[in-house]
Amino acid sequence: MNPILVLLPAAPGGGLIAGAADVLGAAAQIGTPVALVTGPADALPELAGQAASLGATVVHTAVTDAAVLGVPAADAAQSAVAAVAPDAVLVPATVEGRELAGRLAIRLRAPLAADAVGVSRDDEGVLAQHSVYGGAYLVDAAATYGPLIVTVRLGAIDHRAEAATPDVRPLEVAASGRPAATVEGFEAAAQQSTRPDLRSAKRVVSGGRGLGSQERFALVEQLADALGAAVGASRAAVDAGYVPHDAQVGQTGTSVSPDLYVAVGISGAIQHRAGMQTAKTIVAIDKDASAPIMEIADLGVVGDLFTIVPQLIAALEARKQA
Amino acid sequence: MKIVVLMKPVPDTYGERKLSLETGLADRDASETVLDEIGERALEAALRHAEAAGDAEVVVLSMSPEGSQAALRKALAMGAASAVHVADPRLAGADLVRTAEVLAAALRETGFDLVIAGDASTDGTGGVMAAMLAELLELPAITRLQTLEITADAVRGTRATDGGEMVAQAPLPAVVSVTESLPDPRFPALRGIMSAKKKPVEVRTLDDLGVELDDLGVELDETAAPRAIMTTVAERPPRAAGTIITDSGDAGEQIAAFLAERRLA
Ligand SMILES: Cc1cc2nc3c(=O)[nH]c(=O)nc-3n(C[C@H](O)[C@H](O)[C@H](O)COP(=O)(O)OP(=O)(O)OC[C@H]3O[C@@H](n4cnc5c(N)ncnc54)[C@H](O)[C@@H]3O)c2cc1C
Repeated sequence: MNPILVLLPAAPGGGLIAGAADVLGAAAQIGTPVALVTGPADALPELAGQAASLGATVVHTAVTDAAVLGVPAADAAQSAVAAVAPDAVLVPATVEGRELAGRLAIRLRAPLAADAVGVSRDDEGVLAQHSVYGGAYLVDAAATYGPLIVTVRLGAIDHRAEAATPDVRPLEVAASGRPAATVEGFEAAAQQSTRPDLRSAKRVVSGGRGLGSQERFALVEQLADALGAAVGASRAAVDAGYVPHDAQVGQTGTSVSPDLYVAVGISGAIQHRAGMQTAKTIVAIDKDASAPIMEIADLGVVGDLFTIVPQLIAALEARKQA
Repeated sequence: MKIVVLMKPVPDTYGERKLSLETGLADRDASETVLDEIGERALEAALRHAEAAGDAEVVVLSMSPEGSQAALRKALAMGAASAVHVADPRLAGADLVRTAEVLAAALRETGFDLVIAGDASTDGTGGVMAAMLAELLELPAITRLQTLEITADAVRGTRATDGGEMVAQAPLPAVVSVTESLPDPRFPALRGIMSAKKKPVEVRTLDDLGVELDDLGVELDETAAPRAIMTTVAERPPRAAGTIITDSGDAGEQIAAFLAERRLA
C-alpha cells in the first residue's frame, strides 16, 4: 500500500503547520498518506482530525514540548519512520518543516530533496520535482536508497486528497535527549485581513519602489482587494519600509506561481523575476517601457501607475456591480 | 570566542545561471562565482559582534570547488581573520547530507563556540543546513534568526517562524542561521583588501578530514554511492513576449477588459 509519511508539526502559534493540505495532496498522488501530528497534548485531537479531513488515512500523534526547539519533533519523526516504513517522507517547506526535515535526513542518513514543487512515481520509486534558478530549469531527483525526504514548497501543489475517516494512533516515541535551544516567548503574527496567504494565493498584486511611500502603497492593497488577491512586494519596497518582509516576492523572498501576477511599479530585476516568472498570466504597470518586467509580461502597460491603478480599481468595481 | 561563519560561493544572480543539461550540475563557467549575500550578512553579524566584544575571532568556512577562492578572499577583505576552504573533486555534486557531514567534520577540526550560517542559499534554497549541522554535532540550533545577540556563554534572538515571532536562546556552543532581516554587509575597504592577501586560507581535502569524518560515522568513499540522483533536467522554455500598450487615458479600463476576457477579474 506504499505508505507516504507526512510530517505535520503544530505551528508554534497553534493549528496545523501551513501547507498541510498541499503535502497530504502530494502524498495521495504517490501512495497512501499517513500523517504524524505533533504538538501540545490538548491540541492533538483536533489537529489529528484536521489531518484526516485533509486526507491522512492514519494519523500518528505524539506530544511534544513547545518550549524545546526542533529536537522533540525530530524524535517523533524518527519513531514514526520506524513504525511506518514509508516510501517517502513529505514535509511542508515552512521554517519548522525545513528544520524537521534536515534533522530527520541526518538521523536516517537519507536523501533530502529540498523545496520540491511536485512529486511523482516511476517504476523504481518516488521522484521529486524541483524548479531551479528561479524557475529556469526543472529537475527530477530520485533516491538511490530511501526513504526520500522531501520538503514541499508552499502553494506548489494543487492536488487535494480526499477526506479520510480519522484513525488516530498515539505513537510511542524514543526521546533522544539531544541538546536543543529553548523558546523564551512567542508572539502570534497580527491577524492579517481576509486577504489570501501570499505563498499559496491564486492571484497576487505586488508593488515596488515605484509606489514611493508607505501611504501610497495602500493603492496596491486596494487593487489586491478588488481582485481578491494577496499583496506582494519587491525587495526595494520592503527595504524602504512600505511593507513587512514577509511580503517580499523573489529569489530571497517568497516564490509564487499564481494564475495572475500584477506587478505595479516594479522594474523586474532578475532576483524579482526568479520568484514570480512561473505565474500563468503576468500584468505589469510601469512608466518605463524598457523595464525588464515588460519582457515577461502578457500585458505590459506603460504609464503612470497613480492614474492607471485607480482607474483599474474603478473599472473592476464597475464590472462587479454590472 | 571563536565564531565560524559558513559562506557559500554561488553563481552570481545578476548573471545568467545555467545548469548543465547533461549532468544537472551548475555550469560554473556560465556566470561569475560570488559569495552568497545571505552568508555575507552572517559574516557582518559576526564581525559586528567581534568589534563590539573585542575578544572574538571570526573564521570563514566554505566547502566549494577549488576555483572559488577569489570569492573567499572577499570575506577576508571584509574582516574575517582566516578562512578554511574544503575543496575536493570527490565532492562535486555532493548532496545536502554529504555537505553537512563534510562541513561538520571541518567544524570539529577548526573548533568553534558559535557557528553562523545564512538561512538558505540563493542557488539551492534548501534552508536545512544549520539544523543538519546541529544534529551531526549534537548541539542546539536556532534557525532563521532576524536579530542576534551573542554573549560569552549564550546566543539568543528573534526568529520569524510559522505563524509569528519567537524568542529563543541556546547555550554555547551552538549553531544558528540568520535571515535577510539582519543588516546589510559592509563593503571591503582598501585596507581590508590589502590585508586579505596576507591572511591564511587553509585548504582541506576529504583525506585531511578523514579522522573527523570517521568520528561522525561517515565513510570517505561514500561518494561512490550517492544517496540521490537526478533523473531528468530540462530548461523551461522562455516566456513568449506579450502585448505592450502605452497609456493614452484608458489603460486602467483596458487592463480590466484584459482580465475579464481571461476570467481573472
Ligand atoms: C542577492 C540578492 C537577492 C535579491 N532578492 C530579491 C528578491 O527576492 N525580490 C526582489 O524583488 N528583489 C530582490 N533583490 C533586489 C533586486 O535586485 C532589485 O533591487 C529590486 O527587485 C528592485 O525593486 P523595484 O523593482 O521595486 O525597484 P526599482 O528597480 O527601483 O523599480 C521601480 C520601478 O518603478 C517604476 N516607477 C516609478 N514611478 C512610477 C510611476 N509613477 N508609475 C509607474 N511606474 C513607476 C520605475 O520605472 C521602475 O521600473 C535582490 C538582490 C540581491 C543582490
